This record gives sequence, C-alpha cells and structure tokens, in this order.
Amino acid sequence: MEHHLILRVITKILIAPIILFAFYVQFHGDFSPGGGFQAGIIMAVAFILYGLVFGLRQCKSVLPDWLVHRIMALGVLLYAGTGVAGLIAGGNFLDYSVLAQNPITGQHNGILIIELGVGVTVAAVMISIFYAFAGRPPRISDEDW
Amino acid sequence: MLVITAISIVRVRKLFGVVMLSGVFSLLSALLFVALDAVDVAFTEAAVGAGISTVLMLGTIALTARTEKKPSHSSLLPLIVVIITGAVLVYGTLDMPNFGAADAPVQLHVGPDYIERTPRDIDVPNYVTAILASYRGYDTLGETVVVFTAGIGVVLLLGSLGRRRRRNKTGAEDV
Repeated sequence: MEHHLILRVITKILIAPIILFAFYVQFHGDFSPGGGFQAGIIMAVAFILYGLVFGLRQCKSVLPDWLVHRIMALGVLLYAGTGVAGLIAGGNFLDYSVLAQNPITGQHNGILIIELGVGVTVAAVMISIFYAFAGRPPRISDEDW
Repeated sequence: MLVITAISIVRVRKLFGVVMLSGVFSLLSALLFVALDAVDVAFTEAAVGAGISTVLMLGTIALTARTEKKPSHSSLLPLIVVIITGAVLVYGTLDMPNFGAADAPVQLHVGPDYIERTPRDIDVPNYVTAILASYRGYDTLGETVVVFTAGIGVVLLLGSLGRRRRRNKTGAEDV
C-alpha cells in the first residue's frame, strides 16, 4: 500500500494516540472501564495498522517475530509469577493482599501487575496471529477486492 | 438493526461484504451493551469484534477464497432446527424476571456481596476489574493461558517459526 499517501500520513498521525490510549486503558483500568485485555487489543491494533499500511517487513523490523513470541510467554509468566509471589509471601496463590504491608495496596499492586501480564500477552498474541496470517504468500492485489 | 445486519450477513455471497457486515454487527452489539450499562463488555466487543477480528478475517480471506460456495443441499432442515431452538429459548425467557428487577436472583445472590466487600478489600472504583482480577483471579489466569495457547497454535500452524527453522537448515546445508 506504499502508494496511498493519505493513508500513510493519517496512519503516522494516528499511531501515537492509539498507543497512548492503550496505556491509558491499561493503567487506568482500576478506575474506568477497560483493563489488560482491551489495552492489549488496542496496542496490537497500533502495530497491525502500521503493518497494514507500511508493509509487513517494516513492521517486523520494529517488532521482530522472536521478540513477539518471547513477549507472549512473558505476559503469562508475569501473571502466574504474581500468583507464586503471593505464595512465597505467605498467602494463597493469586492472593495479592500479602504483596505489600497494607493489604489494600497489595491488592492494587497485584491487580496492576496481572493486568499488565494480560495486556502484554494479548497484544503479543494478536500481533503474532496477524504476522502469521499476513506473512503467507498468496496475496491479493488491491484491485482484486 | 442487529437482525437486519444478521440477515444480510447470511444473504450476501461476497465474503468481503460479509466481513464488513460482521464488523458492523459487533459495533451494534457494543452499542447494545452500552445501553445495558455493561461498558467493559462493550469496550471489549468494540475492540475485538469490530477491530481485530475484522482484520484477521480479511487476512484469512486473502489467503483463501473471496466468494461463498453455493450450498449443495437445501437449507430447509437447518432452518427448522434453528426456529425450534429459538422458540424454546424464547419460551425459556418467559418466566425470567424483568430486566433490572430488584428482586431478580442476580441482584440477590453474589452481587451485593461483591458490592459490599470490594470497597473494604480492594478499594478500586471499577468493580468489574476488582472481580476479574482479584476475586476471580484464577479465571482470568485461565483466560490468559487460553489466549496464549491460541497464539501458539496459530504460530505453529501458519508458522513463522517453522519457516525460519527450515531456512536455517538450508543455510546450514549451504555451509
């Protein structure tokens, strides 16, 4: 899609707000609608948009395959690790109250971390699915649609 | 409008149009969720249904075919089955409490308990997050693992992993 000038310019303008919004949804999830899942999707959309307009090769140079796969696993590990941290600190699995001196602060921290884990996993999985679909050869030209 | 969109999804034969219509369908149901005050769900529906899955569907039809095949047999029997199932479901809703009724079982069982406990235990204004992330932490962990597994499955099947390995192997043979 290299020849679509308007798409390219608009995409360049849009990507930064999309990523910013993803972070807002991610870290403001305790106070407003949203959370890791939605934030992950929005974050993935930013990369997918970039990949669609500027081509898969460009997108993969920003975020290579192997990195996406590592990030995918990292999110799940972050989530499960928080549970194990609760175990080590003397609580039940996924009991965040023991993660800080004050149980409420512990809960806040726990929720923030696991939401981050969810978001990171979802974003990476969506991007890698997009890579897998878009990376396969028989492409249809723009006019064929 | 949901019904109109659903019917046109069934009628239209060009898959590009079908994908676009299903995006419209998702967006409309997101609006429905907003009207029902389920903002979190609406957010998810709008992002996943209208956003990502449309792109992935487009990716899929780019790899496969762009028009639906003509059905090889009559659609009468499936239609009858669907109508009967729908009638049974509608019949099932008849003795449900009215929407938003204060004495509905939903409002009496665990709901008040969560509403009472969340400010004390967790103290975040968004109760949905509190329930998802803390009280139902196991479920959300399971969901994350499911998403992860789906990702692994797609990567293994459509595989950028395998191709890289193959390329490495041929490269090694060259050396």
